[in-house]
Amino acid sequence: MNTNLQPSGSAYFITKPTAESERHTLSVLVDNEPGILARIAGLFSARGFNIDSLTVSETNHEKGRSRITVVTVARPKVLTQIKLQLERLIPVHKVHDLTQEGKCLERELALVKVAGKGEDRVETLRLADAFRAQVVDASTGSFIFEITGKSSKIEQFIALMVPLGLVEVVRTGVSAISRGSDKM
Amino acid sequence: MSEQMSGAEMILRALKDQNVEHIFGYPGGAVLPIYDAIFQQDDIKHILVRHEQGATHMAEGYARSTGKVGVVLVTSGPGATNAITGLTDALLDSIPLVCISGQVPTPLIGSDAFQECDTVGITRNCTKHNYLVKKIEDLPRILHEAFYIARSGRPGPVVVDIPKDVQFAMGEYYKPSNESDHKSYKPQLNGDLGAIEEAVNLMTRAEKPILYTGGGIINSGKEASESLRELAELTGFPVTSTLMGLGAFPAKSDQWLGMLGMHGTYEANLAMHDADLIVCLGARFDDRITGRLDAFAPNSTKIHVDIDPSSIGKTVHIDLPIIGDCNNIILEMIRIWREKTNQNRLSASSVWWKQIEEWRDVKSLRYENSDEIIKPQFAIQRLNEAVKDKDTYITTEVGQHQMWAAQYFQFNEPNRFMTSGGLGTMGYGLPAAVGVQVAHPDATVIDIAGEASVQMTMQEFSTAVQFRLPIKIFILNNEYMGMVRQWQQLLHGSRYSSSYSESLPDFVKLAEAMGGKGIRCDDPAKLDDAIQEMLDYNGPVLFDCRVSKEENCLPMIPSGKAHNEMILPDTKDIGNVIDEKGKILV
Repeated sequence: MNTNLQPSGSAYFITKPTAESERHTLSVLVDNEPGILARIAGLFSARGFNIDSLTVSETNHEKGRSRITVVTVARPKVLTQIKLQLERLIPVHKVHDLTQEGKCLERELALVKVAGKGEDRVETLRLADAFRAQVVDASTGSFIFEITGKSSKIEQFIALMVPLGLVEVVRTGVSAISRGSDKM
Repeated sequence: MSEQMSGAEMILRALKDQNVEHIFGYPGGAVLPIYDAIFQQDDIKHILVRHEQGATHMAEGYARSTGKVGVVLVTSGPGATNAITGLTDALLDSIPLVCISGQVPTPLIGSDAFQECDTVGITRNCTKHNYLVKKIEDLPRILHEAFYIARSGRPGPVVVDIPKDVQFAMGEYYKPSNESDHKSYKPQLNGDLGAIEEAVNLMTRAEKPILYTGGGIINSGKEASESLRELAELTGFPVTSTLMGLGAFPAKSDQWLGMLGMHGTYEANLAMHDADLIVCLGARFDDRITGRLDAFAPNSTKIHVDIDPSSIGKTVHIDLPIIGDCNNIILEMIRIWREKTNQNRLSASSVWWKQIEEWRDVKSLRYENSDEIIKPQFAIQRLNEAVKDKDTYITTEVGQHQMWAAQYFQFNEPNRFMTSGGLGTMGYGLPAAVGVQVAHPDATVIDIAGEASVQMTMQEFSTAVQFRLPIKIFILNNEYMGMVRQWQQLLHGSRYSSSYSESLPDFVKLAEAMGGKGIRCDDPAKLDDAIQEMLDYNGPVLFDCRVSKEENCLPMIPSGKAHNEMILPDTKDIGNVIDEKGKILV
């Protein structure tokens, strides 16, 4: 048997994968042109890659550049393929696997609407304070909180709000940047 | 330097500045201004096709036989959707194409206008890149960029979708500028010297090496084929190639093992399986090549030279990747090799070559000939014999005849074999032959076809008649979709579901009806004369070569099996070879 065999770059490998899937955050610097998001999303769906979270916005207006942060879960070989396939797209300047390259900061913003009465409202505010969530809208029967942080912190906050009258949540998805003075 | 002109005129001017001489297209409402501009100039010749798919395959044949970019012009909506198959084919086989498509005027985009489709959306995943030109100011840049992207790096198809109002708009034209200044697209052409040096070190120490080459050598230019020959001679290594790389290394060389892979030779596949060093030059370890992945070349160190980093390590683990243009890297290998030694690594008397000779003696391409019925393998050998002193280009459709052509026709030069490898497009060969003949009007251009495939794009025979292109369509007619039938025999108990070519046309009458010549032959004794008659006729010919009906294309690595588990020509009962696990594979 092939001693060199490692799982292939296909997301649909025929034999049982021997390597574990990992969660990685990629930062993709692209030209902000029409259809760029469709190119990226189309590549992921065509090749069976996962998207856990995707955020995009223009970051350099003069040069017309956007930065896309993609969180994906895949085996190491597939992660390499994802990076190489992204780099093959013509409007893509750079792809950095922030998780692989070392320490990076990941932040996400969520707006959380909670409706409740009496003691629940007091408890809601107390927890929000502990999580440093800001009240951005309030009525006699509800609050809307703005919370920023790691995805795990936001998930924890949302979980705590469920019994206190969680109504709905919107999340931006992860934005990530490398630590230190290096530029992408 | 700039000049005022309309968008349509700009397109023609840009084509001229990109040294385009021929374009393949079909008019329609959304490209009328471009056709008007074509009418008013003489530099670029337009070949009117019968169906847009034909235009794309013609452009592919043109591009692959010349190394230039093939150009297609289609209208919006159905014009663009009909081109999809050819674009995808060009993407998988790395063929440089620029496809200009008309689009409804910008104010109508998104309104479901007549003959509107989202061309850029539909072609996003089947092109190397695509553009929708919304402003006349962008048109010259995009046109030049499209050509640069199509031909550089790993070549591929590029679509430029141009709304009708942009074709009418007046703007400033400028010539191509410094293309390599593209802000994000920068293909790596020179390999890492340290890696090349390491590769040569491995090569000088290898006991059982093999050069595994592919279409990348052909895309790298004629020089790359020369360099490959030099490298092979210098090292004494055996050479095998994928379907797409045939001709880059001469089939007449003693070092040539034949094609490898599913229908490759026994010696090529066994040499791959037993090799201790595989030097892959411009090939991509495609599933037709590797067979069962976990048993692929188990004891080898693998060097992979490719211009496309994503091809490396995609299916097979690579020990030493080298990214860059094949020719540059082979030349560096030769230089470094010469610095180290002036000796062959392998002489003809080495243990490895002796082993290869033993495999060669199996004669995996043997077949039982007949006096009564024409064997398809025999037909191709006779065809090869008849044209061996001519300037010949071969195209094929897809199926058994394609594999027989690859096995039995001897290719000694690059750019001489045009076939649909990656996508496997039936109907590729006839229009591709038209494109090749346009580029090489005095050459002998033969489409080795099957009776099923050829009917898919048969209408382009009429294009050949119109433009006096003397293509020869050599149909191996076994009245079956032969490869489908073979797989049904292998996997489905010989239940030939829908694979019989029912209600075939009379190809001789059909050729005549379309203004060409038809020839039929079913007698092996008369075959040579009939082939000569075909070659002597100065015009397009449909040759209906009636061959044995249930011939199988062998040898074969059955799906789910390894290189050393081939079916050889004398295997009995091929219906029991493939196990349950292999049946799901294609």
